Amino acid sequence: MARRKLTASLLALGSLLGAAAVWRRRSARGKEHVDVYFADGSMVTFAEGSEEAARLIPIARRVLSQARG
Amino acid sequence: MDAAQALADLVEISAQIEAAVLASADGTVLASTLADDERAQSVARDALELVQGAASPAGEPVQLEASVPEGSVFVVRDEERLVAAVTGRDPTVGLVLYDLKTCLRLAGEDARPAKKTASRPRKKKEAPEAADGAA
Repeated sequence: MARRKLTASLLALGSLLGAAAVWRRRSARGKEHVDVYFADGSMVTFAEGSEEAARLIPIARRVLSQARG
Repeated sequence: MDAAQALADLVEISAQIEAAVLASADGTVLASTLADDERAQSVARDALELVQGAASPAGEPVQLEASVPEGSVFVVRDEERLVAAVTGRDPTVGLVLYDLKTCLRLAGEDARPAKKTASRPRKKKEAPEAADGAA
Protein backbone atom coordinates (compact mmCIF):
# COMPACT_ATOMS: atom_id res chain seq x y z
CA MET A 1 0.00 0.00 0.00
CA ALA A 2 2.76 2.42 0.99
CA ARG A 3 4.66 1.46 -2.15
CA ARG A 4 1.66 2.28 -4.34
CA LYS A 5 1.26 5.64 -2.64
CA LEU A 6 4.93 6.42 -3.20
CA THR A 7 4.68 5.50 -6.90
CA ALA A 8 1.58 7.66 -7.33
CA SER A 9 3.27 10.57 -5.57
CA LEU A 10 6.37 10.25 -7.75
CA LEU A 11 4.22 10.12 -10.89
CA ALA A 12 2.29 13.21 -9.81
CA LEU A 13 5.52 15.06 -9.05
CA GLY A 14 6.99 14.07 -12.41
CA SER A 15 3.91 15.27 -14.27
CA LEU A 16 3.99 18.55 -12.38
CA LEU A 17 7.66 19.14 -13.22
CA GLY A 18 7.05 18.24 -16.86
CA ALA A 19 4.11 20.63 -17.12
CA ALA A 20 6.16 23.40 -15.49
CA ALA A 21 8.99 22.86 -17.97
CA VAL A 22 6.61 23.02 -20.94
CA TRP A 23 4.96 26.16 -19.56
CA ARG A 24 8.32 27.86 -19.01
CA ARG A 25 9.50 27.00 -22.51
CA ARG A 26 6.29 28.28 -24.10
CA SER A 27 6.29 31.51 -22.14
CA ALA A 28 9.96 32.12 -22.98
CA ARG A 29 9.22 31.70 -26.70
CA GLY A 30 6.94 34.69 -26.88
CA LYS A 31 9.47 37.02 -25.25
CA GLU A 32 11.50 39.52 -27.17
CA HIS A 33 15.18 38.79 -27.49
CA VAL A 34 18.15 39.19 -29.79
CA ASP A 35 20.54 36.27 -30.33
CA VAL A 36 23.90 37.43 -31.65
CA TYR A 37 26.44 35.01 -33.13
CA PHE A 38 30.11 35.88 -33.60
CA ALA A 39 32.73 34.49 -35.99
CA ASP A 40 34.57 32.66 -33.19
CA GLY A 41 31.45 30.59 -32.50
CA SER A 42 30.36 32.50 -29.41
CA MET A 43 26.77 33.59 -28.96
CA VAL A 44 25.14 36.23 -26.78
CA THR A 45 21.46 36.62 -26.00
CA PHE A 46 20.13 40.09 -25.24
CA ALA A 47 16.98 39.38 -23.30
CA GLU A 48 13.92 41.56 -23.01
CA GLY A 49 14.63 44.45 -20.64
CA SER A 50 18.34 44.64 -21.38
CA GLU A 51 19.89 47.85 -22.68
CA GLU A 52 20.99 46.17 -25.93
CA ALA A 53 17.56 44.67 -26.59
CA ALA A 54 15.94 48.05 -25.96
CA ARG A 55 18.19 49.50 -28.66
CA LEU A 56 17.93 46.66 -31.20
CA ILE A 57 14.30 45.52 -30.91
CA PRO A 58 12.82 48.77 -32.32
CA ILE A 59 15.08 48.38 -35.38
CA ALA A 60 13.89 44.79 -35.81
CA ARG A 61 10.27 45.96 -35.55
CA ARG A 62 10.99 48.53 -38.26
CA VAL A 63 12.42 45.81 -40.52
CA LEU A 64 9.34 43.62 -39.98
CA SER A 65 7.04 46.51 -40.70
CA GLN A 66 8.92 47.52 -43.87
CA ALA A 67 9.16 43.96 -45.14
CA ARG A 68 5.48 43.30 -44.64
CA GLY A 69 4.38 46.65 -46.02
CA MET B 1 24.80 32.27 -59.57
CA ASP B 2 23.79 35.94 -59.41
CA ALA B 3 22.33 37.65 -56.34
CA ALA B 4 18.75 37.66 -57.62
CA GLN B 5 18.85 33.93 -58.40
CA ALA B 6 20.38 33.12 -55.01
CA LEU B 7 17.60 35.05 -53.30
CA ALA B 8 14.89 33.47 -55.45
CA ASP B 9 16.23 30.02 -54.54
CA LEU B 10 16.28 30.97 -50.86
CA VAL B 11 12.63 31.98 -50.80
CA GLU B 12 11.66 28.90 -52.78
CA ILE B 13 13.55 26.51 -50.48
CA SER B 14 12.65 28.06 -47.14
CA ALA B 15 8.92 28.17 -46.56
CA GLN B 16 9.45 30.08 -43.32
CA ILE B 17 11.00 33.13 -44.96
CA GLU B 18 8.42 35.74 -45.88
CA ALA B 19 10.74 38.29 -47.43
CA ALA B 20 14.47 38.77 -47.89
CA VAL B 21 16.93 41.38 -49.05
CA LEU B 22 20.50 40.79 -50.21
CA ALA B 23 22.78 43.79 -49.88
CA SER B 24 26.43 44.70 -50.15
CA ALA B 25 28.46 45.30 -46.98
CA ASP B 26 27.68 49.02 -47.13
CA GLY B 27 23.91 48.39 -47.33
CA THR B 28 23.38 48.83 -51.07
CA VAL B 29 20.59 46.50 -52.23
CA LEU B 30 21.77 43.79 -54.65
CA ALA B 31 18.51 41.83 -54.81
CA SER B 32 15.21 41.77 -52.98
CA THR B 33 11.95 39.87 -52.83
CA LEU B 34 10.16 43.13 -52.05
CA ALA B 35 8.44 44.87 -54.93
CA ASP B 36 9.16 48.33 -53.54
CA ASP B 37 12.80 49.41 -53.97
CA GLU B 38 12.52 52.06 -51.27
CA ARG B 39 11.35 49.53 -48.71
CA ALA B 40 14.09 47.11 -49.76
CA GLN B 41 16.67 49.85 -49.24
CA SER B 42 15.18 50.65 -45.86
CA VAL B 43 15.31 46.98 -44.81
CA ALA B 44 18.95 46.73 -45.92
CA ARG B 45 19.88 49.89 -44.04
CA ASP B 46 18.15 48.72 -40.86
CA ALA B 47 19.71 45.25 -41.16
CA LEU B 48 23.12 46.88 -41.31
CA GLU B 49 22.22 49.02 -38.31
CA LEU B 50 21.20 45.86 -36.41
CA VAL B 51 24.55 44.20 -37.10
CA GLN B 52 26.53 47.30 -36.21
CA GLY B 53 24.41 47.92 -33.13
CA ALA B 54 25.01 44.37 -31.88
CA ALA B 55 28.79 44.72 -32.16
CA SER B 56 30.82 44.03 -29.05
CA PRO B 57 34.53 44.22 -28.18
CA ALA B 58 34.77 40.80 -29.89
CA GLY B 59 33.79 42.47 -33.16
CA GLU B 60 30.70 42.64 -35.33
CA PRO B 61 28.45 39.58 -35.37
CA VAL B 62 28.29 37.26 -38.36
CA GLN B 63 24.63 36.48 -37.80
CA LEU B 64 21.78 37.47 -35.54
CA GLU B 65 18.14 36.81 -34.86
CA ALA B 66 15.89 39.43 -33.34
CA SER B 67 12.65 37.93 -32.13
CA VAL B 68 9.45 39.77 -31.22
CA PRO B 69 5.92 38.40 -30.88
CA GLU B 70 5.06 39.52 -34.43
CA GLY B 71 7.93 37.57 -35.99
CA SER B 72 11.67 37.32 -36.33
CA VAL B 73 14.34 39.22 -38.23
CA PHE B 74 17.48 37.39 -39.33
CA VAL B 75 20.67 38.94 -40.62
CA VAL B 76 23.64 36.91 -41.86
CA ARG B 77 26.73 38.59 -43.25
CA ASP B 78 30.19 37.90 -44.62
CA GLU B 79 32.98 40.28 -45.64
CA GLU B 80 31.27 41.44 -48.83
CA ARG B 81 27.53 41.24 -48.33
CA LEU B 82 24.66 40.58 -45.98
CA VAL B 83 21.26 38.98 -46.28
CA ALA B 84 18.28 39.97 -44.14
CA ALA B 85 15.08 37.98 -43.87
CA VAL B 86 11.85 38.12 -41.93
CA THR B 87 9.83 35.14 -40.74
CA GLY B 88 6.69 34.55 -38.75
CA ARG B 89 6.65 33.73 -35.06
CA ASP B 90 8.73 30.82 -33.67
CA PRO B 91 10.75 29.92 -36.76
CA THR B 92 13.19 27.01 -36.85
CA VAL B 93 16.20 29.23 -36.17
CA GLY B 94 18.94 26.79 -37.18
CA LEU B 95 17.24 25.99 -40.46
CA VAL B 96 16.66 29.64 -41.40
CA LEU B 97 20.27 30.56 -40.55
CA TYR B 98 21.53 27.63 -42.62
CA ASP B 99 19.42 28.70 -45.62
CA LEU B 100 20.62 32.30 -45.32
CA LYS B 101 24.26 31.21 -45.14
CA THR B 102 23.73 29.06 -48.23
CA CYS B 103 22.20 32.05 -50.02
CA LEU B 104 25.21 34.21 -49.14
CA ARG B 105 27.62 31.52 -50.31
CA LEU B 106 25.79 31.08 -53.63
CA ALA B 107 25.69 34.83 -54.20
CA GLY B 108 29.43 34.93 -53.44
CA GLU B 109 30.23 32.20 -55.96
CA ASP B 110 29.16 34.54 -58.74
CA ALA B 111 31.95 36.91 -57.74
CA ARG B 112 34.69 34.25 -57.79
CA PRO B 113 33.79 31.53 -60.34
CA ALA B 114 37.35 30.96 -61.63
CA LYS B 115 38.77 29.58 -58.36
CA LYS B 116 36.08 26.92 -57.94
CA THR B 117 36.18 25.50 -61.48
CA ALA B 118 39.98 25.34 -61.57
CA SER B 119 40.32 23.03 -58.57
CA ARG B 120 37.69 20.41 -59.47
CA PRO B 121 38.99 18.58 -62.63
CA ARG B 122 42.31 17.65 -60.98
CA LYS B 123 40.60 15.58 -58.29
CA LYS B 124 38.42 13.71 -60.81
CA LYS B 125 41.47 12.53 -62.83
CA GLU B 126 43.01 10.86 -59.80
CA ALA B 127 39.90 8.89 -58.88
CA PRO B 128 40.10 6.00 -61.49
CA GLU B 129 43.72 5.20 -60.60
CA ALA B 130 42.87 4.93 -56.93
CA ALA B 131 39.96 2.63 -57.76
CA ASP B 132 42.20 0.35 -59.88
CA GLY B 133 44.72 0.04 -57.11
CA ALA B 134 42.07 -0.93 -54.60
CA ALA B 135 40.62 -3.69 -56.85
